[in-house]
Amino acid sequence: MATTSLPVPRRLFPARLVKNRLLTGIIRHTLLVCLLVVILYPLLWMVAASFRPNNEIFNGLGLFSGSFTLENYANGWAAGQQGFSRYFLNSTLVTVLSIVGNLISCSLTAYAFARLEFPFKRTLFAILLGTMLLPYHVTLVPQYVLFNELGWINTYLPLIVPRFLGTEAFFIFLMVQFIRTLPRELDESARLDGAGHFGIFARIIMPLALPAIGTTAMFTFIASWNDFLGPLLYLNRADLHTVPIALNTFLDSTGENAFGELFAMSTLSLAPIVGFFIVSQRLLIEGIATTGMK
Amino acid sequence: MTQQLAPGIIADAPGSQWSKGTRSRSKRREALVALLFLTPWLIGLVLLTLGPMLYSLYLSFTDYDLLSAPTWVGLDNFVEMTTDPRFLASVGVTLIYVAVSVPLLLVVSMLVALLLNSKMKFLTGYRALFYLPSLIGASVAIAALWRQVFGDEGLLNAFLAFLGIEHGSWVGNPDTALGTIVVLTVWAFGSTMIIFLAGLRQVPGELYEAASVDGAGPLRRFFSITVPMLTPLIFFNALMGTINAFQAFTGAYVISGGTGGPVNSTLFYTLYLYQRGFAQLDMGYASAMAWLLVLVLAAFTALFFWSSRYWVFYGDK
Repeated sequence: MATTSLPVPRRLFPARLVKNRLLTGIIRHTLLVCLLVVILYPLLWMVAASFRPNNEIFNGLGLFSGSFTLENYANGWAAGQQGFSRYFLNSTLVTVLSIVGNLISCSLTAYAFARLEFPFKRTLFAILLGTMLLPYHVTLVPQYVLFNELGWINTYLPLIVPRFLGTEAFFIFLMVQFIRTLPRELDESARLDGAGHFGIFARIIMPLALPAIGTTAMFTFIASWNDFLGPLLYLNRADLHTVPIALNTFLDSTGENAFGELFAMSTLSLAPIVGFFIVSQRLLIEGIATTGMK
Repeated sequence: MTQQLAPGIIADAPGSQWSKGTRSRSKRREALVALLFLTPWLIGLVLLTLGPMLYSLYLSFTDYDLLSAPTWVGLDNFVEMTTDPRFLASVGVTLIYVAVSVPLLLVVSMLVALLLNSKMKFLTGYRALFYLPSLIGASVAIAALWRQVFGDEGLLNAFLAFLGIEHGSWVGNPDTALGTIVVLTVWAFGSTMIIFLAGLRQVPGELYEAASVDGAGPLRRFFSITVPMLTPLIFFNALMGTINAFQAFTGAYVISGGTGGPVNSTLFYTLYLYQRGFAQLDMGYASAMAWLLVLVLAAFTALFFWSSRYWVFYGDK
């Protein structure tokens, strides 16, 4: 199991034990690889199917059928009322603005909770934690009523403005926790050099909090790129639709013969997330290697 | 998203760094600066969270269709729930889903974390690949894929046919449709697993060595050391898993085409709330449902925290 190996010379172990260790290693890797195949096979199957002609998609279990085509991508890209270039553009716009909004509002709030003293701080922090556990449904109807009154239906404002107002308490909490670990001496020396709170925030804390900022950006990206309920509620016009809504509409209107296109567009919609994950995964590993922290 | 939350959440706000002799003027100045930093969040808190909560509490006692002013109906919405067959179906579906998917999620996450917890080769690679599904599990693309994998001619049936077993659509069958969504949830176990994995690395190795010397076998070591040491994380993952499960929406919506069918078998609470509130514009009823969910979740959370006294082990950290 998880016994940390002591610096005992190998030969002190009986030969049988060493052999056993090798065996459990092999079993372990075999199990993990089998499990990964089961878990990832549907994804691989979808990607492979997106490159097959439509009449060969449900052709059993295999990944490759011999025929290869990009037709699904070409047809899928042009499908829907507006075409997927429009949907991807819309999704990108909403996602980028959501990330910007979350980063600004969450980092400002987090700095106040982590570094400043003010009245009712404990109460407000408790409220912050409370909103983290609150089911979003309880604000769903009244927010809709509010945005409807403001004339914001069929605009991106209901999806973006809340992010600029720090409604995602989790990220604030994450940044508070991170900023607390930064040494206060840095603030103090900057203060002695004449920096005010905004200077300390912008020049000392933010650059040092880059890992927390990166995590927030990454998770905001995923959440808003995948967001389905928000656009479903607020965007009724096809030219405003984001990728998830377009995919769902596509799915509902698809007969038996356009699954290739659906899979092609699904694959494309997942590509940015997987891509960002691969990039940030590398950054993460480098971060662990350079700072030695886990 | 809250899945990522590390344990130890209920920490206090950090204490004052100001010595007692600090002048009150600079204190007041600092409070003013804090107000500036907090302004966006405070506006959001009042206008988008607390205000709407109060408003939906009011709406839950009214009949409201967005077009005409709300009319007060007292407890009618709550009374209607007790005889509304679709509401009762949605409660049943959601409770079954929570009761099945959360324990499964915990067990699978724990088992994989145990398999990964050693100084093994390719650890980062494994970790990344197991984590990937939890990043995309809530997307429409994956839900759409699920509809095909578990459909009549889907991947699963192709596999079963290969083994010589005939089976109809899993998504279209009321007995198995909910199961496909449970599988989807468990498929995205990566983020839960990562938390267990991080916890496993902090269990002191000496404990295992001492137990081995005392003659404890692997199973005994697991139940007497690993499980107790991980109870804070089990607690945390169970709580977050339950809260998330109560709020599941996208999978059920996409897989059932927004209907919650077949025969209400995937009519999640949130899906029914959406249908009543936004398809039928019964916003009073939807608000009542939302508040009931808040109360139930609050009760669950309280129960969790209360029970944690009896089974969560906070070592000597």
